[in-house]
Amino acid sequence: PLFAVTSGVVSSDKTKAASSSASNPAVTREVALELYEDMILGRAFEDMCAQMYYRGKMFGFVHLYNGQEAVSTGFIKLLNQSDKVVSTYRDHVHALSKGVPSREVMAELFGKTTGCCRGQGGSMHMFSAAHNLLGGFAFIGEGIPVATGAAFSAKYHHEVLKQSKPEGLDVTLAFFGDGTCNNGQFFECLNMAQLWKLPIIFVVENNLWAIGMSHLRATSDPEIWKKGPAFGMPGVHVDGMDVLKVREVAQEAIARARRGDGPTLVECETYRFRGHSLADPDELRKPDEKDHYSARDPIIALKKYIIEHGLASESELKSIDKKIDDVVEDAVEFADSSPLPPRSQLLENVFADPKGFGIGPDGKYRCEDPLFTQGTAQV
Amino acid sequence: KEMMVREALNSALDEEMSADPKVFLMGEEVGEYQGAYKISKGLLEKYGPDRVLDTPITEAGFAGIGVGAAYHGLKPVVEFMTFNFSMQAIDHIINSAAKSNYMSAGQLSVPIVFRGPNGAAAGVGAQHSQCYAAWYAHVPGLKVLSPYSSEDARGLLKAAIRDPDPVVFLENELLYGESFPVSAEVLDSSFCVPIGKAKIEREGKDVTITAFSKMVGFALKAAEILSKEGISAEVINLRSIRPLDRATINASVRKTNRLVTVEEGFPQHGVGAEICMSVVEESFEYLDAPVERIAGADVPMPYAPNLERMAVPQVEDIVRAAKRACYRSVPLAAAA
Repeated sequence: PLFAVTSGVVSSDKTKAASSSASNPAVTREVALELYEDMILGRAFEDMCAQMYYRGKMFGFVHLYNGQEAVSTGFIKLLNQSDKVVSTYRDHVHALSKGVPSREVMAELFGKTTGCCRGQGGSMHMFSAAHNLLGGFAFIGEGIPVATGAAFSAKYHHEVLKQSKPEGLDVTLAFFGDGTCNNGQFFECLNMAQLWKLPIIFVVENNLWAIGMSHLRATSDPEIWKKGPAFGMPGVHVDGMDVLKVREVAQEAIARARRGDGPTLVECETYRFRGHSLADPDELRKPDEKDHYSARDPIIALKKYIIEHGLASESELKSIDKKIDDVVEDAVEFADSSPLPPRSQLLENVFADPKGFGIGPDGKYRCEDPLFTQGTAQV
Repeated sequence: KEMMVREALNSALDEEMSADPKVFLMGEEVGEYQGAYKISKGLLEKYGPDRVLDTPITEAGFAGIGVGAAYHGLKPVVEFMTFNFSMQAIDHIINSAAKSNYMSAGQLSVPIVFRGPNGAAAGVGAQHSQCYAAWYAHVPGLKVLSPYSSEDARGLLKAAIRDPDPVVFLENELLYGESFPVSAEVLDSSFCVPIGKAKIEREGKDVTITAFSKMVGFALKAAEILSKEGISAEVINLRSIRPLDRATINASVRKTNRLVTVEEGFPQHGVGAEICMSVVEESFEYLDAPVERIAGADVPMPYAPNLERMAVPQVEDIVRAAKRACYRSVPLAAAA
């Protein structure tokens, strides 16, 4: 059965946040606090990144996630360790939600050897094999085939290698934005994922803007979720500023993928509270649009929900805020005091097999040269 | 015993798929059609559609899917119907496959093979007829192999599939139907050719000729002609474009003191340029003549057969260059 859900993108009169005052809360206290803590971590971490960027501690392109936290938290907190996440250049918070320690993400941003990729990846290329965070892809649409391949691998392990898990297939989440949905790789992979019934969820974080190009100016039919049914898979539109609604949709999609029923396309309507990157002057988005969405801040909405439903008190939430402030401060101190990558690291990891550097003039493999690992041997 | 290059590639794929269930083949027409050039003949029947995957015509999509599958311990062999179509997927070959191990600090290696026919074909015009050796050999993190004979094809493809890093494997459509003698050793299922080692196809003492893929055959024909005129040419089959076996090339040049490089690709920033630089860096004082470069003409491939012939190296070009290097001929301007 194909879902058909109307989108709020065009009519944009969706104002319902997670404020329904029904007496029965949708989640337990434990879950509510986990979601809250993860969203606060995402927000506080990114705010700290902005400070550190302007202080010259991190470099290049830094894209912050402020405002979109409900999507990362709503989806990723439902995953197992062995489930996979493939992200874009806006990847810090996906890494944090997946469990990569703040220290490692911050140290990576500082270009330190203690970073999750030893300083070789950077802001746009976060990887953690242990947490099954598979990057960090900096080109539009590039991560989608890789994510589809990870989902293919899960199915291959199950069907060909007979390495099945009692809980079902490992699930892959591919995160990307509205701008990517006009790129060919998106359509190629919707087709193949559904054709081969792969355990993947295509999560569109529709923040309405591709840098300075409005979604409505870029896309012939702005309701992205409709492209799911066009390929024979469910397409769902959800309010991406409401973590509980995102979570509800995510639960269903993940269960579907895990039991082998194939992919789902989920369009999360959200908004980034900052520019495209810290280098973006952000002059094209109108103040009233920004105000409209900042009034729907997903963290404030969840906080309101928690208090109204008596899941926790204001002071309990404050103590979480304080805890996260400490975590982020600690991450900065850790990153700042960590060593830079040593010179020898320059030539490491180019190949899994260092013989990839070939044979030197002396007829021996270059990697056998004792000076090679010190980075002083000519390659 | 003789074996066609097509059979050599097919048997290498078959043996590696049989030995390791993590190896699978994907690409356009690799399954039910048995391969656009029949390289995958019989594999669908033997290994089933889960391991021999017919993909839609979506190079960017399936090349990236291969990379994602390789992250988790699978060993994909991705066939491009021809390497010309790899242009649609070049982002994944370079940005996803070649760089992941480095960007992830060694956490995610990408044991993948991208293979298919490369180089000038016949009569197919500018977009379907070019050599990608220099393009891919430019990129750190990739290994680039280019077989000539059946021995090369079998040994290098098996090595590529077993390798933990991404390999670009450049075959040649016009060689698929050629037969070469093969030894019992080559036919053994454990046979592998080491990546990064060149092969001296013919020993000589007067001039070194480097070549890869189809041009090795041309170089050998040129050497035959030269020998009748008293010039002893040493022919090096590069086999591996990256890593490049600089040691073998330089040792040969130090012996012959003369070098002719041969490739089908465009001359500028090409494989010959790199080889020349390596010799200048390491063996400059051994050179008795300027290095000669034979390459494709610096133009998109023309369609008309007479122009097409002029746009790719011919045996007589190699002969002339070798004679120039040996001071046996008139200067370049007069010869043209």
